[in-house]
Order: sequence, then structure tokens, then C-alpha cells
Amino acid sequence: MSGTREHDHTHVAPTQIGSPPDHSHSIAPAAPHLHPHDGHVRDRAPASGVPAAISFAGVCAGYFGRDVLDEVTFSVERGDFVGIIGPNGSGKSTLLKTIAGIHPIQCGTATVLGSDPARLDRRKIGYVPQIETVNWAFPVSVFDVVLMGRYGRLGLFKRPTRRDADAVRAALDEVGMADRGESLIGQLSGGQQQRAFVARALVQEPELLLLDEPIAGVDAGSQHAIFTLLEHRNHGGMTIVATTHDLSCVATWFGQVLCLNHRVIAYGPPSQVLNEQTLSATFGSHPLIIGEAVRSAD
Amino acid sequence: MHWLTDPLQNEFMVRALVASALIGLTCSIIGVFVVLRNMSFIGDGLAHASFAGIVIAYLLKINLYAGGLVFAVLTALGIGSISKRSELSLDTTIGVLFTSAFALGVLLMSRVHGYVSDLQDFLFGNILGVDRTDIVLVISLAILVLAVVVLLYKELLFASFDPVMAQASGLPTDMLYYLLLVLLAVTIIVSLQAAGIVLVAALLVTPAATAYQLTTRFRSMVVVSACIGVGSAVGGLYASYYLNAASGATIVLAATACFFLAMALSPKRRSLLSAVLASRRNAAAGR
Repeated sequence: MSGTREHDHTHVAPTQIGSPPDHSHSIAPAAPHLHPHDGHVRDRAPASGVPAAISFAGVCAGYFGRDVLDEVTFSVERGDFVGIIGPNGSGKSTLLKTIAGIHPIQCGTATVLGSDPARLDRRKIGYVPQIETVNWAFPVSVFDVVLMGRYGRLGLFKRPTRRDADAVRAALDEVGMADRGESLIGQLSGGQQQRAFVARALVQEPELLLLDEPIAGVDAGSQHAIFTLLEHRNHGGMTIVATTHDLSCVATWFGQVLCLNHRVIAYGPPSQVLNEQTLSATFGSHPLIIGEAVRSAD
Repeated sequence: MHWLTDPLQNEFMVRALVASALIGLTCSIIGVFVVLRNMSFIGDGLAHASFAGIVIAYLLKINLYAGGLVFAVLTALGIGSISKRSELSLDTTIGVLFTSAFALGVLLMSRVHGYVSDLQDFLFGNILGVDRTDIVLVISLAILVLAVVVLLYKELLFASFDPVMAQASGLPTDMLYYLLLVLLAVTIIVSLQAAGIVLVAALLVTPAATAYQLTTRFRSMVVVSACIGVGSAVGGLYASYYLNAASGATIVLAATACFFLAMALSPKRRSLLSAVLASRRNAAAGR
């Protein structure tokens, strides 16, 4: 599975970072702390079976001649719950967009759900953009916004049906917003807006869910609600990749962590990745942040 | 009711009413997308850019609208592709492109000797001068724009609200964006008859901005904007008849009056705006 990952450009000993999750490994105290993902990490599909959900080999991408992703190589198995961490401007959003096939790659090869991301069946991926990219003064209700998640499925010219409306109500219920359907999207708090966006991605019934900074500007209660929901869907088989620059949640929720700073600095389970060496290579030196993350991973 | 029917004794007034009502309808519907996408400056930009094409057509003695249309569409596509491919904002791109096309028009016009009265009409509009061909043109435009907005309603809504996710879910967002730009260019050229290069942007922006203050749903914003667009076109034309004043100006001022009235009467919108601003502030503070 992950034995084929190339880590010749990591700053960290490859044996420590890229190795497959091995529950018989010697760092005994790590195992109990993997608690939320202990089960599904063990259940990850074997390399010989289903192809990886995401497989990137030496992928570069950028904007206006500026390189943002530098030979990014990693793979995500079906059913993984992956967190992409890195400082602002490290390429997290760009990586997510290249996975979604909405940002072109300049070199390397990328495969997502068995096909070229640019030619991917869009119904199979859900994408939750950063909430700043959206015009919150837009006159639409929460229900209308969630319904947009069905548009790709409906196709051109077709109108939403009762089944689409039922799917929207179920998704709003799942994110705890059943009573806010008729509210204007701009009147919601940051956490509610984010939950509405997650609901919109869920009505797509995606196999792979990509979330860009799902807990930025979100209160602690909504953070917990969002992650609980994602974890539930992940246990149901959905592959999830989320970016965040909030390290406090990483060890608690993600099964795999990818440390990104234009290049892949480290990739593996939190217990193996979250140490001072990788985090200072990822974030530069921010002793406070790193201290906290390492403590919560221990 | 004589004051309502008297002007209709003149055939030119009937034609002008039909044309301005349809222009008001088309502009105010497409204007909803312009306002919600924060691209209000584009109306002014495309109208001014068309001036170069109009002067060139005048010099070549071909149809002036055709010349204006070519320049407006090229400028619209140029603005779209430059703002997508560079880090410059849409406003900056419009600012650079429309002034250059307008400057070219001024340069060419300054080489023409004598007074060019036809070109004056393009600057300020002259709805009383529309003929039967113009009416057919305006009706076709209204049908085209309404058909596109009805058929692509959900796609245009999605791509305007959240372009990134719309693209991720497989919508042809680039195609929709260029389609909107081309529709805008065509709408502006046809509407020059009513308000002219200098005022046409108001027909796009003012009814939609007025509707925005009175409504909380996209669909109702479109309907209210259309009503204000048609109402101010008809009302403005009557005002121009009785005041013996330029019709483009009275139509625009009628729409502006609606705008300020809506601002005064819209407590709901004010509270929404303050809620949006507060949530932005909270989000910024929480980061």
C-alpha cells in the first residue's frame, strides 16, 4: 500500500514517516491514542485490492508562473481520513483543487478514483470551498444553497425534483440545521455556514469528500459537530481529505496527516508524523504551535 | 386618463414605449447577475468600448450597431480572459481595456471633419428615433436573454454564488462566464438607443440594486428588478414627454428614485447587511 510512496525529498527519515501503519511497531503508547481511527486504520484496503482513491506522483502546479506545489507524491486509500496541514500559502488549497481537477497540473501524474482528475466523474467528489470564496450577501436560503449540491447530478436544463428536496432535508438534519432551511445564508454564524456547506457536499453523495479549511472561523461546538459528522461518514466508507492550519484538532480526528510546505514534508498517522522535527520543517519554527500539537499527539 | 393615452396618439411614442419597456426588462434581469457578481463597472466599460466600433463603422459607412457590437463583444471576451489569466482584478482590467477602446474612438472621431450628429445619439441615446427594424432587434434580444436565463437558471445561480464549488461539481463555469459577458455586450449595444453610452450602465445596475434591497430570495430579486426596470423605463418616457426632456436621463432618474425609496423602506435588508458584516468581523477575529 504505502510501501510504494516515495519520500526521497522529505526532510525526515523515510523509515519513520512513510512506513505503512504497522500496529505491531515498537512505539507501544501510541496505539491507544489512535482511538477514533484505530478501527478503520486497521481496516484499510490492501494494496492488491481496490485502487487508491488518490495517487499523486511528482505533481507540480502553480499560479501565473509561481510554483505552489513542488513534486508532490502521496496516495490516499479508499476509506482514509486525511488531514493536510501546513502554514498559510503552503499550497494546501491548491493541492485540494488539483485533486478535485479544477486546477491544472504542470508535471507528474495524478489519478483520482481511477481517472485523470480533469476527466473525473464529478458526481463522485464533493468539494467544500473555503468560505471566504463565497458571496455571503447573496439572496439565497440555506435550503437553496444545499440544493446546489444536487445540480451536478441533475445535469443541464433539468429542474430539481421532490427526491432532491428530500435529500436536502435529510442532509440539513444530519448537520443539525433542519430548522434553518429557510434562513438566509448570510444570516448564519460561521459555524452554521460551514455546516450548510458540508450538507451541500453530502447531498452529492460523493465517494471522495474534499474540504478546504472546514473549521476556519468556526466555534468549538461547531468544530466538534462537523468532525463527529465527518467521522461518522468516514466509518460509512467515505474517503475524506481536509486542509487545516489548526493543529489542535489534527491528532484527535485524522487517521493520516500530510505535512505540506510546497513539498510533502511528511505523511503518515499522527503519532508518527506529529513531532518537532517534521512540524518545524513544515511550519518553520513556531515552538508554541509545535509544542501543543506534539503534546496532543503523544 | 387622457395624460396616459395622449402620448400614444403618436406612432413614434408607441414604438419608443415598446422598445424602452423591453430594454428595461432585459437590462434589469441580466443586471441581477451583474450586481450579485460585483461586476457593475462592466456595463460602463462595454458601453464605452463600443464607441470605437461605432466610429469605425461610421467611417466605413456600415451599420453602426454592428460595429459597436463587434467591439463590445471583443472587449467583453478580452476582459474575461485577461482577468482569468492574470492577477489583476476585473475592475482594473475593465479600466484598462475600455478606456483604450474609447480613446481609439475619440481619436478617429477627431479626424472626421464637421459635426457628427449620428454619433451624438449614441452618446446620450434617442429612444424616440427607433424604427421598425430596431423594434424587431429589441424583441429578439429580450427573447434571447429571457430564454438563456430561464434555461440556465440554476447553473447561472450556482456559478454566481459559488464559482469554485460550481466548477468542482462539473458545471462549465468558464463557458457560463463568457456566455454572460457576451449576453451583456449584446444587451448593452441594443440598449444604447434608450440611454446612450454614458447612461446605459444605470439600466443594468440600478433596478437590480434596488431589488436587492427589497428581497431576500434570488427569484424574487429577478422579478422585482424586472418590474422596476420596466416601470422606470415607461415612467421615465412619460416624464420625458411631458417635461420635454431627454428620455435617457428621465428613465435613469426614475430608476434612481426607486433606488433611494427602496433604501429608505428596507429595514430588513439593513439588518441583514449588518448581520453579514458582523459575521465577517467575527470570522476575522476568530482566525
